[in-house]
Amino acid sequence: MSIHDFKESNFIPGNGGLDRKVSTRPATSLSCAKRKCFKMLDESPEPGWLSEEVKTGTTIIAIEFDGGVVLGSDSRVSAGETVVNRVMNKLSLLHDKIYCALSGSAADAQTIAEMVNYQLDVHSIEVGEDPQVRSAATLVKNISYKYKEELSAHLIVAGWDKRGGGQVYVTLNGLLSRQPFAVGGSGSSYVYGFVDAEYRKAMSKEDCQQFVVNTLSLAMSRDGSSGGVAYLVTIDKKGAEEKCILGNELPTFYDQ
Amino acid sequence: MERRFMDSQIKGVSTGTTILAVTFNGGVIIGSDSRASIGGYYVSSKTINKLIQVHDRIFCCIAGSLADAQAVTKAAKFQISFHSIQMESPPLVKAAASVLRELCYNNKEELQAGFITAGWDRKKGPQVYTVALGGMLLSQPFTIGGSGSTYIYGYADAKYKPDMSKEECLQFATNALALAMGRDNVSGGVAHLVVITEEGVEHVVIPGDKLPKFHDE
Repeated sequence: MSIHDFKESNFIPGNGGLDRKVSTRPATSLSCAKRKCFKMLDESPEPGWLSEEVKTGTTIIAIEFDGGVVLGSDSRVSAGETVVNRVMNKLSLLHDKIYCALSGSAADAQTIAEMVNYQLDVHSIEVGEDPQVRSAATLVKNISYKYKEELSAHLIVAGWDKRGGGQVYVTLNGLLSRQPFAVGGSGSSYVYGFVDAEYRKAMSKEDCQQFVVNTLSLAMSRDGSSGGVAYLVTIDKKGAEEKCILGNELPTFYDQ
Repeated sequence: MERRFMDSQIKGVSTGTTILAVTFNGGVIIGSDSRASIGGYYVSSKTINKLIQVHDRIFCCIAGSLADAQAVTKAAKFQISFHSIQMESPPLVKAAASVLRELCYNNKEELQAGFITAGWDRKKGPQVYTVALGGMLLSQPFTIGGSGSTYIYGYADAKYKPDMSKEECLQFATNALALAMGRDNVSGGVAHLVVITEEGVEHVVIPGDKLPKFHDE
């Protein structure tokens, strides 16, 4: 099992948890490859989930509408070929009206979300009001960029603040970019065509929710690493509303 | 003989591509982009035609290594015309697809190309067959292939309807190609479409600037 040298003392809270010593993380993919070789040679029945890195191979999407945002994700977490969690909610709270969607390595993504949650709490106390979505995205981007070589997670940050309304930010590999909508994760490749064709400016909240659900359903039916249920979060001035749509309630298309 | 590991960095000219074939009420439309690239860095041809006519009402389109595809289709064309002379009637689309499948399956170690065969015959009307990399043959109402196809799985699943009219089907195929060409860097150029019906074959070419545009263009 690949163990990460991740000790609590590596975090220095005074700096917001950023000054962590670089952990001597073993090259996960290399050890997996070696293990696979041994598996072929002496046929030992070691299950994949013991040696494979846990990834949220996933589909995530976020879209702005006038007055808020809608975020959506699937719920499958895989370790190699095994599904280790089929009901994980990948929409993580960063603040009351700011959420982020996780993809990539499960551990990396969750850790980034927790760190930014902590930093945002401190920041919002310091400024005395709710933080801006851009601040949350910048904090995520700072971590992604600084630890770009070690981390492999992509977070989409979306939320509502009174200055900018609904906003969606992508933070892939350390860049920060605001977009009207964003898709991410392994399942997103299959739906680029669909979202390009279907997206229209100035959709209403219900249209956005339907758009997100359709996109997730299509991606989940094509991507082996996405599946399970669909989680939706709608954020507007009044707050955040979470919703879960079960597998059999998702929209179906011609071959289903 | 040293076996080369077929990697896109080492491969020769490849049709990193988008191909599709869709049946509609009374016929079938087969389409592709027109870019041939070397290793994904250099576009060696902007206007290559990937739709090969193997018989009067049967076309196939190729994805993968261009050299492999041309060699295979040349052999297949010969075999199909010989078969058609022996049978004294136009070949079935399934026969043409089977010929390609035999070639792919028997040479699966050396080849790296996938095919879509589409056409019209008297027995079953419009049909689409796909021959995958290892030699699997599958009949489907529509199919997409090539590197650009990953981006339009969602669109195709959502928008395909059985028994479309010819115009609706043309619109669907054009949109799908345009979307794939917009996201895949090794697909591009013009869109080639061939409409095959009982009456005949019609070739439609849509240049890049006349392709449908979407929200961010």
